[in-house]
Amino acid sequence: MEIPKSFLGYKRENGRVGTRNHVVILPVDDISNACAEAVANNIKGTFAIPHAYGRLQFGADLELFFDTMIGTGKNPNVAACVVIGIEPKWTKRIVDAIATTGKPVEGFSIEGAGDIKTIMKASKKAQEFSQWASEKQREECPLSDLWISVKCGESDTTSGMAANPAVGNLMDKLEPLGVHLCFGETSELTGAEKVCALRGATPEASKKFTKTWSDYNDFILKEATNDLSESQPTAGNIAGGLTTIEEKAFGNFQKIGSRKFIDVLTPAEEPKKGPGLYFMDTSSAAGECLTLQAAAGFNIHLFPTGQGNIIGNAIEPVVKLTGNPSTAANMSEHIDLDVSDILKRKMNMDQAGDALIKATVRAANGRLTCAEVLGHKEFIMTKLFRSA
Amino acid sequence: MSNTDIIIHDEKDNVGVVVIEKITPNQDCSCWIMENDKTVNIKSLNEIPLGHKIAMIDFKEGDTIIKYGHDIGKVVKTIKKGEHVHVHNVKTKKW
Repeated sequence: MEIPKSFLGYKRENGRVGTRNHVVILPVDDISNACAEAVANNIKGTFAIPHAYGRLQFGADLELFFDTMIGTGKNPNVAACVVIGIEPKWTKRIVDAIATTGKPVEGFSIEGAGDIKTIMKASKKAQEFSQWASEKQREECPLSDLWISVKCGESDTTSGMAANPAVGNLMDKLEPLGVHLCFGETSELTGAEKVCALRGATPEASKKFTKTWSDYNDFILKEATNDLSESQPTAGNIAGGLTTIEEKAFGNFQKIGSRKFIDVLTPAEEPKKGPGLYFMDTSSAAGECLTLQAAAGFNIHLFPTGQGNIIGNAIEPVVKLTGNPSTAANMSEHIDLDVSDILKRKMNMDQAGDALIKATVRAANGRLTCAEVLGHKEFIMTKLFRSA
Repeated sequence: MSNTDIIIHDEKDNVGVVVIEKITPNQDCSCWIMENDKTVNIKSLNEIPLGHKIAMIDFKEGDTIIKYGHDIGKVVKTIKKGEHVHVHNVKTKKW
């Protein structure tokens, strides 16, 4: 198959390209969710991203909170953004950082005004943004404007045989075209960590990976009351035939094909070394991982599943594929691409990779993914430790 | 080409994965080795569902299971060629 050279995206003020044209109402903290949701309810063409945190966080946990919030606002899939917080200071910090992209953004704080006056003022601004964004048109953009993140979930042995290597095949074909790629899941590489470290494109990248994984493993050993075999593999994984974390890890690892990673990112860190594959230190919980990848600027997500994880994301369209014929048949409303023919030898990996490229470009062009149509807008903050 | 009942990733692997709804005891199964595109056969001893593993050789306690060409865990209970391989007879080496 000839790989498409371009897709239709939204060109942003800072040169990045969005696959979506969202106008987001972003609450800074838990107690501003109600206000943000009221604004989104008033103004069509917008939506709120409620979440549970943003109060009394400190240190590294607070910095990750800001990186996640700011990165979400900066993501090119967001055309414009209204930020609402209880206090002006943290609200302003987020607004100012999002404004560096050049996109329209405005902040409102509730303290001293109350919900109702804030809702009125923020609704007027949201209306202006919504109408402004509605005039934006998709334009032809090179495929290298795609920033593709990947994460698998509810994996089973078909993930390692079919859906994950199909993603790997896509990576092998798209990386030479200058696409940014990102995989994560520090915990689910356990068992394959030594083999993964060898995939660093430079000794520094390998060393950084090994340190990231070791730090994670030390944390697990410190916090765990027993070993992780109760939660890794999960009950769903075991039902699907996965026996050990090592088996899960090597299946997971098929997602990067034969690529090498050029750098290791901290959670939500924007890649700065140009096109290529990045590893990001993330949890393996799908909601947390996708939220961090979207906050780093990735604009489309590929999600292989075995037993049928149904995750979506607030701002990043999620293209879901499965190699499990039962999942493809019984959960068809969640599956954008069925590659279970690989198991019947009716489809080879080259064909599966091509089919996935087609599905990815269609979604990038604007075709709604299953997760979008079903209303999945998961936005899950990674919390490093409890608040003060 | 006969239907494939079991897929083996790597030539070095000593387990295969069932890719039909299930295999039944004493079924003659056709196994496709993805890496070298060869076909081998095995007789199953248990019922094994889709996605679950079958032993391609006899194992004794302490042996290593190889899949994707890599070590994925240790045998904790003797396994005969053709038997179901899962959490009841294999454990991680990590913990």
